[in-house]
Amino acid sequence: MIELQKVNKSFGEKQVLFDVDAVFYKGKTNLVIGASGGGKSVMLKCMVGLVTPESGKILYDNRDFLQLNYQDVRSIRREIGMLFQGTALFDSLNVEDNVGFPLRMFSPMSEEERRDRINFCLKRVNLENSNKKYPSELSGGMKKRVGIARAIALDIQYLFCDEPNSGLDPITSRVIDDLLHDITHEFNITTIINSHDMKTVYDIGENIVFMHQGRAFWEGSKEEIATARKELPELDHFIHASFIE
Amino acid sequence: MRIVYDLGRYMLFMRNMFSKPERFSVYVRRTLDEMYSIGVGSLPIVAIISFFVGAVTTVQTAYQLVSSLIAPSVIGTVVSDSTFLELAPTITCLVLAGKVGSHIASELGTMKVSEQVDALEVMGINSIGYLALPKIVAGLIMIPVLIVMANFLSISGGIIAGKYSGILTPTEFIIGARDTFKAYTVFISMVKAVTFAFLITSISSFEGYYTNGGALEVGESSTRAVVRSCVAILVFDFLIAKVLL
Repeated sequence: MIELQKVNKSFGEKQVLFDVDAVFYKGKTNLVIGASGGGKSVMLKCMVGLVTPESGKILYDNRDFLQLNYQDVRSIRREIGMLFQGTALFDSLNVEDNVGFPLRMFSPMSEEERRDRINFCLKRVNLENSNKKYPSELSGGMKKRVGIARAIALDIQYLFCDEPNSGLDPITSRVIDDLLHDITHEFNITTIINSHDMKTVYDIGENIVFMHQGRAFWEGSKEEIATARKELPELDHFIHASFIE
Repeated sequence: MRIVYDLGRYMLFMRNMFSKPERFSVYVRRTLDEMYSIGVGSLPIVAIISFFVGAVTTVQTAYQLVSSLIAPSVIGTVVSDSTFLELAPTITCLVLAGKVGSHIASELGTMKVSEQVDALEVMGINSIGYLALPKIVAGLIMIPVLIVMANFLSISGGIIAGKYSGILTPTEFIIGARDTFKAYTVFISMVKAVTFAFLITSISSFEGYYTNGGALEVGESSTRAVVRSCVAILVFDFLIAKVLL
């Protein structure tokens, strides 16, 4: 479980996160939704340590990420997998080297064990027989799947996904959504997905945080959204705009 | 003020580079790859330039020493001393600042804007150490080797140009070169090579690593890396000459 308590973040004069409180549960697909510029990406970057908030707490199973020393932060990061919006695959490495990269850096596995693990991860994302291809030879959906395979290569506890469906067609988006949902339950991990796609919310959302103008505006399940949007015009407007889009 | 700010960031960059490697063997392998890229990749251009610099220096020195009171072997003395002290280390490194520097800056800049650097950080890898350190170590090893080769080829170019232009015989050239030869000039040549190697690789890594934006900014970083490396080379060229001669 990851818990955010009163997290604030500014860039110069501009404050982008205001006292954000949110809880992300283990074994669930936690979705952070909201319009562009609402603070979703900054919040995600704060959680993985790419951006440091001015105040607040980020608790990884009660370990305060912001109070840990450098070595402890690095050890938590080895429990984190992340799927980036642009996949962030290493251009100079082929698929199997990309997936095996965290294993090579951190795992004491032998070459054979590593190869088995790479093949397992690639099979899990339905991407067999592409081991020797380079990122430039892959489609958008395949890159996302390699990104997911790399994220789960180590024995992770937390999976972060920044706009996993961006740039994908509806069918591939659904495949990626289902994959993230299945992996979350199979490995019993805390998955946090940034999205502005309401279809993803209704397909796989189990705990939803709605960000609006830097604030965690609403939190609940997808079953509760229908009621909440009647009371919150901001949420209603976002959902309405999302479907028009 | 901007220079002071950048200098401070450069110092922090250098300090952050040194931390315990996650997997030493991976760093060794990366260093060997970079040595191949910097050393073997730059071999043809260094060979061509140094050969012709030696040849042109011989012809131009002969043009200026048009007195029957001056022995032709003096041309050998002038060319060899100029080569060791200035032409081979400085001209070669100015060329390498363009070739190697722009390559390093654009590689790291592209990795930065495509979130590959963020991916390393999220995995718990010291991205500065992982990306920049092997390049700097490789430069410190391979650029002096290239300068030794440039010294040899430049003098060879001088001998060949002297012979086929009818200016002086190879024997006269070698007598002149050996007549006033001091091992100290070779030492200065190597001091310059090591210093310039560090400047090229570290400044280019710094510029590339702190790229923000997109393709346009990658190009700007690359250009800035070359310009700043060249200026730094010229400044340190003067300082080394002033201190050591």
